[in-house]
Amino acid sequence: MSDQHEHKGYYTGDIHNQYIEEHYDPKNRGVIWRTFWILLVITIFEVAIAFTSLSKELLMYIFIVLTIVKAYFIVAFFMHLKHERLSFGYTIILPFLLIVYLIAMCIAEGSYIHLWGGK
Amino acid sequence: MSAEATVAQPTSKKIWGGGTSPYGVSWGKMYMWFFLVSDAFTFSSLLVAYGTLRHRYAEVWPKASDVFTHFPFYDGHIQLAYVGLMTFILIMSSVTMVLAVDAGHRRDNKGVAWWLGLTIIGGLMFVGSQAWEWYHFIKGTEKGAIVYKTSENEIWRFTENSQEPGIHNTTVKGLVSPDHKLVTDPVTIAKIEAVGRPLQGATLKENEYGHPLFADFFFFITGFHGFHVFSGVVINVIIWLNVLNGVYRRRGHYEQVEKVGLYWHFVDLVWVFVFTFFYLV
Repeated sequence: MSDQHEHKGYYTGDIHNQYIEEHYDPKNRGVIWRTFWILLVITIFEVAIAFTSLSKELLMYIFIVLTIVKAYFIVAFFMHLKHERLSFGYTIILPFLLIVYLIAMCIAEGSYIHLWGGK
Repeated sequence: MSAEATVAQPTSKKIWGGGTSPYGVSWGKMYMWFFLVSDAFTFSSLLVAYGTLRHRYAEVWPKASDVFTHFPFYDGHIQLAYVGLMTFILIMSSVTMVLAVDAGHRRDNKGVAWWLGLTIIGGLMFVGSQAWEWYHFIKGTEKGAIVYKTSENEIWRFTENSQEPGIHNTTVKGLVSPDHKLVTDPVTIAKIEAVGRPLQGATLKENEYGHPLFADFFFFITGFHGFHVFSGVVINVIIWLNVLNGVYRRRGHYEQVEKVGLYWHFVDLVWVFVFTFFYLV
């Protein structure tokens, strides 16, 4: 069924009938499998180093960094955000700075109550 | 199809000048993204609440790697193996989903049907794995724990595996205190057993693994995620039936597959975070 000529775009066909430019790269499948191997290797690596004698704190930072790396590959290549317009990417990603703030606030609060010993 | 089109292909160079999508995406895809952002905020709130209370009860928080040690068709205990397998299944189903989207770009109806079908199987496997994990978590271990009433209810757990990770050792008979210290002295054990009450498995009120909030967050976070996977499978089946009926071949594009693909990858993305923060650290 796959035809040879490239699809430059399509009309959505609903009441808005928006014209959508399509940017399809035939080399895409190579990128998909490369992303899969990266995610798999990182996951195996995470499970493997969990059993080493590295300090708990160091392990935690390694896991957090690797999780963000994995999230980047999923969002950028599986969800294709890297190939959308930059303005769209910022609209999606920037609100999560609020989550970073929330994490910093709440973890500090949790640790504080812990040290203070209150309920 | 373009003969019926009422909106001409935009030629204006002004991105924000009107008459065109400034983001260069269809409204449907944009709303799927916005929904995913809001959904990510919900998951973030759950995980942040979990992190906060885990820090509050830091020294009595159970080690997840000591709790989830079961593996199908294997009698012993292996840490992290099963959840690692579940992660692999979900990553794999994300790959088949992105291959379905790729086939859609090539207008390959059979390819979309094949890859989307595999994605549905992967999703069902993951939901099944989660049900299996819940079953073992709720049922508990063979020996369970002792609830020892002091100022608070302390959970003293019988050792199933030694303190060496990954090694199953039943020769050490002992109780693990709430702050993870091993007690092997028979007199102390007998005293705790005499005063305390036996407890096996987990409910929302108490669990043999330690602090009650541990089970609460486990049920809520993995439950909320599992429900997302289940919804994703249902949506994928609907779209898959449409593909088989040639709906998108007639429509001329497979944008609907892209949209459910975004949702499916998001479910995978959330699992990456749950895996790290609930199981690894």
